[in-house]
Amino acid sequence: MAILDSKIPSGPLADKWRKHKIDIKLVNPANKRKYHVVVVGAGLAGASAAASLADLGYQVTCIVFHDSPRRAHSIAAQGGINAAKNYQNDGDSVYRLFYDTIKGGDYRAREANVHRLAEVSVNIIDQCAALGVPFAREYGGLLANRSFGGAQVSRTFYARGQTGQQLLLGAYSSLSRCVGQGTVKLVTQHEMSDLVVVDGQAKGVITRDLVTGKLHRFAADAVILGTGGYGNVFNLSTYARGSNVTASWRAYKRGACFANPCFTQIHPTCIPVSGDYQSKLTLMSESLRNDGRIWVPKNKADVKKAPADIPEADRDYFLERIYPSFGNLAPRDVASRAAKRMCDEGRGVGETGLGVYLDFAEAIQRYGKQAAARANLHDVSAAKILELGEAAVAERYGNLFDIYKEITDESAYKQPMRIYPAVHYTMGGLWVDYNLMSNVPGLFVLGEANFSDHGANRLGASALMQGLADGFFVVPYTIGDYLASQKPGSRPSADRAEFAAAEANVDGLVKKLMAIKGKEPVAYYHKKLGKIMWNQCGMARTKEGLTQGIAEIQALKKEFWSNVNVPGSAENMNQALEKALRVADFIELGELMCRDALTREESCGGHFREEYQHPDGECLRDDVNFAHVAAWEFQGEDQVPLRNIEPLNYETVKMSVRSYK
Amino acid sequence: MVAHTTSTKNLSVTLRVWRQPAADQPGRFVEYAARDLNPNMSFLEMLDVVNDALEAKGEDPIAFAHDCREGICGTCSLVINGKPHGPHKGIASCQTYMRSFADGDVIVVEPYRAKPFPVIKDLISDRSAFDAIQQAGGFITVRSGSACDANAIPVPKDEADLAMDAAQCIGCGACVAACKNASAMLFVSAKVGHLGLLPQGQAERDSRVLAMVSKMDELGFGNCTNQYECSAACPKLISHDFIARMNRDYISASFRQAFKPKSNASGGGA
Repeated sequence: MAILDSKIPSGPLADKWRKHKIDIKLVNPANKRKYHVVVVGAGLAGASAAASLADLGYQVTCIVFHDSPRRAHSIAAQGGINAAKNYQNDGDSVYRLFYDTIKGGDYRAREANVHRLAEVSVNIIDQCAALGVPFAREYGGLLANRSFGGAQVSRTFYARGQTGQQLLLGAYSSLSRCVGQGTVKLVTQHEMSDLVVVDGQAKGVITRDLVTGKLHRFAADAVILGTGGYGNVFNLSTYARGSNVTASWRAYKRGACFANPCFTQIHPTCIPVSGDYQSKLTLMSESLRNDGRIWVPKNKADVKKAPADIPEADRDYFLERIYPSFGNLAPRDVASRAAKRMCDEGRGVGETGLGVYLDFAEAIQRYGKQAAARANLHDVSAAKILELGEAAVAERYGNLFDIYKEITDESAYKQPMRIYPAVHYTMGGLWVDYNLMSNVPGLFVLGEANFSDHGANRLGASALMQGLADGFFVVPYTIGDYLASQKPGSRPSADRAEFAAAEANVDGLVKKLMAIKGKEPVAYYHKKLGKIMWNQCGMARTKEGLTQGIAEIQALKKEFWSNVNVPGSAENMNQALEKALRVADFIELGELMCRDALTREESCGGHFREEYQHPDGECLRDDVNFAHVAAWEFQGEDQVPLRNIEPLNYETVKMSVRSYK
Repeated sequence: MVAHTTSTKNLSVTLRVWRQPAADQPGRFVEYAARDLNPNMSFLEMLDVVNDALEAKGEDPIAFAHDCREGICGTCSLVINGKPHGPHKGIASCQTYMRSFADGDVIVVEPYRAKPFPVIKDLISDRSAFDAIQQAGGFITVRSGSACDANAIPVPKDEADLAMDAAQCIGCGACVAACKNASAMLFVSAKVGHLGLLPQGQAERDSRVLAMVSKMDELGFGNCTNQYECSAACPKLISHDFIARMNRDYISASFRQAFKPKSNASGGGA
């Protein structure tokens, strides 16, 4: 049974991090260069960690599966990054950001971690502005903000609809500087295929070179995973096609606990599915809900009518109706479920009825009139107002409207967008303590790959914040506490038996997959898995469905391993083999997610069990029995994993019913 | 749910695809029939469908680079009918939809062809030269935790907006593939412009442009002869005006570098 010591410092919440930084051990500058840290992944978390550690003097190797670190999927985040700067003078504070995040996570995150996140959020904005991230500015030259879901203040910093891109390129520029200066060794197009554990501690990784197929060994004093989330278990999601769980899953199989795997975020505003061939769902940023109004027809009879033919009185702006104090900016889990309920009632729009409208007509009018007034125009025609309003909306969201047009061939300036919820983020991940170290000593996990900060639901614009907080401002301190306990120069040699065994394990997997030569392509199994997961472990879950899901996935696993066809050779670039290795891990993860969802007999955040709900359809939490983290421990192939528990002790915030009404 | 489109009729096309097993082996065009395609399918999804059929038959699928499939990661890099990223302006390969083609079309699909971007396999080329240019100078040096309050450095909105225009570059390399000289001037000038426009980027402005241009030349990218094929192919519509701006920066930095008084401080101290 794994020992889960969260190592949360004692003392008042607001003093914990400051006190901890004083209490933890340091590594002296001359010794830092004797330690070698392997960082896997170069998204916001990985790149910022690699650069920060290299600047401190550690030897760093950064391994990515992409051809360049700039491709990591952090790049696709659109809307923004939260920080408790209170530049808007609207009542924001570290405490308020902390509280919103805890409440947003439906009281299933750790208080101490979340408070630290809110504290360092302000440093992130300073750091990124200094790196040259071109954040949006006001006319006076100071930073602009906008609002995001689950908050009643404007604390979101942004760079048009490409905030993730600009932040990632900022972190990438720091990483590139270190690579150029020789302080980080960059290894691209290598997939981490196994974790090497020596005497119970993480001491290296095995990678597969995706160009040559060769396996490589990397020995280290500590290993950091910043390898992102696992939403592609659903096949269709807003993730990049290459995003995968393999690094985390191999660490799980080497003893690292996987915490709350069933906590999945379904984002309410995505472009609906259009066909079987589909590979990807595209997000329409939450920032659109600053100005867009979500509605469905009041009457089922109207769902096939053109939206313009449905008069105002016959429209149901359901988020504004059900959640008057947050309105269209209700948090993602709440908004997604509300949209699903409307569609379940038969009021969904579009051909399949799985869609709701996101309407900008009112915003276009409002901005148009404002612009006319600013320009001192009187007796303006309706057409002119429309033109000015569309220009103002384009300035704010133009690139999103363009994406929508490319995909659907429709103009959202002229008719409402049609949107539907889609898998977007995973709150679960490898279990970590307050130092972001997993239960395998020496293995640190950052960003979306860990579980710690978002509880059962993440608020918008908080993923970018967490990735950079972990990499820039947490792990550079906490890794020293572990390394100080390791003798400098005691790093095991890559010739040791543990490395050879791990390499043989990967080699065995590859050979086994190549030898099957069955009848179906890898994609066939990924699609099947995705359908099982969406139906049984998606927006609404039941005991029966999850039980059935587990059986279906077990059968799918057998079929995959006897009937998949991976053509070509393992000795050169083979994209089919890359996919097969990833899908094999997704299948096993899918079963674990169903198991986690089945044993969590309550509803909270993104985890909605139909058996546990209030009469109005909201989540019914069970704080007596489930105010804990479920951290699953691998027990061997095809064995039922062990469910460990870390109780969540709320010292500051009172766990209460989460309401946005 | 199928989006309302101008054409909902399925189409069939013939693909003429560059197949090359590895960097050191010769390549050739191979034809594939892609039948009964939904016009709302993306070009990459069409390749997925073709590949699934090849895989099921045990044949090596067509290797192509892709990841985010929403036009922001810069991984996709197809030359479609002779144009990097295909027929439409301002979008990446992954945002090209089959509705842009007609039933019966023959579509030629190739990798980027430029000396600094050697082909790795089929439609994938090695663009690590771009990373090398970034590593030479595409950054502002800031150690984690050493920054001042973000609002201590006001940036005029116009300049921030212009810097953002340049910063949008996705590093896909279409500019190089489109240029008859395989010049990387648009890519390099976008980064030089982005950082050079901001007050934070001034301290290293001269060293940055000199180092990046020097690395670009060393890696074998060609010169700019002002044809602007680069900005025409750019999926983010980055303006070639940034090339002019970089040339000015480069010349003035070269002069300043040559005539700059040098400090003879030797470090050390008590």
